[in-house]
Amino acid sequence: MNRIDQRFAERKAAGRKGLIPFVTAGDPLLEATVPLLHALVAAGADLIELGMPFSDPMADGPVIQQANERALARGVGLAQILRWVAEFRGRDAHTPLVLMGYLNPLEIYGYERFARDAAAAGVDGVLLVDCPLEEAATAAALRMAGLRQIFLAAPTTAPARLALLCERAEGFLYYVSFAGITGADRLSIDTVRERVQAIRTRTATPLAVGFGVRDAASAAAIAAFADAVVIGSALVERLAAARTATEAGETARQFLAPIRQALDAAPAAHAA
Amino acid sequence: MIDFHAWPDAHGRFGRYGGSYVAETLMAPLAELTEAYLALRRDRAFLAELDHDLAHYVGRPSPIYHAERLSKKIGGAQILLKREDLNHTGAHKINNTVGQALVARRMGKTRIIAETGAGQHGVASATVAARLGLECVVYMGATDIARQAINVYRMKLLGATVVPVTAGSKTLKDALNEALRDWVSNVGNTFYIIGTVAGPHPYPMMVRDFNAVVGREARAQMLAEYGRLPDALVACVGGGSNAIGLFHAFLNDREVAIYGAEAAGEGIASGHHAASLAAGRPGVLHGNRTYVLCDDDGQITETHSISAGLDYPGVGPEHAFLKDSGRATYLGITDDEALAAFHELARSEGILAALESSHAVAQAIKLAREMARDKMILVNLSGRGDKDVHTIAAREGIAL
Repeated sequence: MNRIDQRFAERKAAGRKGLIPFVTAGDPLLEATVPLLHALVAAGADLIELGMPFSDPMADGPVIQQANERALARGVGLAQILRWVAEFRGRDAHTPLVLMGYLNPLEIYGYERFARDAAAAGVDGVLLVDCPLEEAATAAALRMAGLRQIFLAAPTTAPARLALLCERAEGFLYYVSFAGITGADRLSIDTVRERVQAIRTRTATPLAVGFGVRDAASAAAIAAFADAVVIGSALVERLAAARTATEAGETARQFLAPIRQALDAAPAAHAA
Repeated sequence: MIDFHAWPDAHGRFGRYGGSYVAETLMAPLAELTEAYLALRRDRAFLAELDHDLAHYVGRPSPIYHAERLSKKIGGAQILLKREDLNHTGAHKINNTVGQALVARRMGKTRIIAETGAGQHGVASATVAARLGLECVVYMGATDIARQAINVYRMKLLGATVVPVTAGSKTLKDALNEALRDWVSNVGNTFYIIGTVAGPHPYPMMVRDFNAVVGREARAQMLAEYGRLPDALVACVGGGSNAIGLFHAFLNDREVAIYGAEAAGEGIASGHHAASLAAGRPGVLHGNRTYVLCDDDGQITETHSISAGLDYPGVGPEHAFLKDSGRATYLGITDDEALAAFHELARSEGILAALESSHAVAQAIKLAREMARDKMILVNLSGRGDKDVHTIAAREGIAL
């Protein structure tokens, strides 16, 4: 069983909501990445999204753009990222890890080769921002290697497409809370609740909500109706100032601890 | 035999290139645009309105001019210029923005956004927005703003807001990223006028269709004025909109050779260039699969060209398709070659060409030398060079 499916099944049985932190590989420091992944788990992460830096991150706001630029300035590439994942797996066999990024680096690395190497390194899923459902054949090699391709659904997604997304969703479905870029301040809990509850009636796949979740209050409000929350920009912004791996880990722990607490205090039941 | 007029297919693909590689949020607005445009391109009232604007606002048809002195000096094939530099706003870009602005109005959008490199597309977008009373925001790389100050001021005079983009290499590709970010954040009221034949479907098709008037006109003018088609076509290729505009009507005329001139900058071997087709590889950028300039990690590399309008690490997917099919040949022209051609055309014909178009002129001069005097080369003189006067003076150490 894929670690993502297993983790969501366990959490559901335990009535616990999922916390999915996002960090960019190689940021804030090359040597911080693996210790940071372990620190995220220690701080209560149920699944980790690890960003693969790209030169042209067209769906990302300034915070993650700059994290990408910092990582690229240090020469981070896919081979390095997969080595970090393998190193992380040496001490953590259970926490699911999803790589998030854009198509071109995979296109150049080669989809089949990437799928094989990623699976061998211990990656569980891949979320490709610029690879919508219609172009998913592009990434077919990922599924062949047992990796889950994580799809996004957005506020603009039309009903017919949403039905198709729900049918094809695997691992979890990532609902983008507003039409915008990562890190923007446009979250409207009521609107998201309505949409997520509508999606819930169409699929049994776990639903994670991301974009605009930045603190314990917004995380808890989302967790009242979603299976998991994704926190990216707010975390990446805080990590940027860390000067050592230890400092980065400590920053992550301090930031995520109250969010974890708030999620665990949130009502577990959701409208079916 | 391939029917080159049959592309793209229903999925926006030109062979293995093109497609829609964008974030999920943009899939709905792209579908909405595709549906609206596919209906409008067969709508007689819309096409009549477009033709009217092209004639009375843009100033079409643009003439074909026989550059006789230049041709004589070279001593080879005859060089003919399709004078897109004579259009309102001084370049071919207006053909596309007039068309897209009409689509925007039909779709009820009230806000126009655009990206620009040299500033020509930004000016052309600000122009049509002013005419239709639409709000206009233009994204432009900070580096390009510095080297195209006159066009920045022109956009402001036309009432547009110019937003400097300081991310990445601060050039056209980053401006395109930023415009996509704006669009994804304002999909309800905003129409994104992409300036070249790149981006996700339907843009490569729609921008081509609006520029294809250049080749349709030129083909008819050649037959009417010279009783024959040209032996070769030449156009510069950055994203490739003026080139596809000239080429498209001739794609099924196999006897007409087709050449694209890419920016070879300081030379392909130097690594400082923008020749995506000549030196790049298939990849995915800005919503489509095409040839891109990137490193072995798939990171898009910074490009170099003396002309901001060619300074782009991707290229329209239809050009990628034409390259692979062998129908068109893409060659590199260096900064120095383009500059030499700029001066040659200025002195022998009294025409200041845009630095972008000067790449095409340089390619045509090279070709003409190898061809007989009774052969004809038709060049898309895509824009005028007034905007580049400061760049040329600075490069040649002249204080204005």
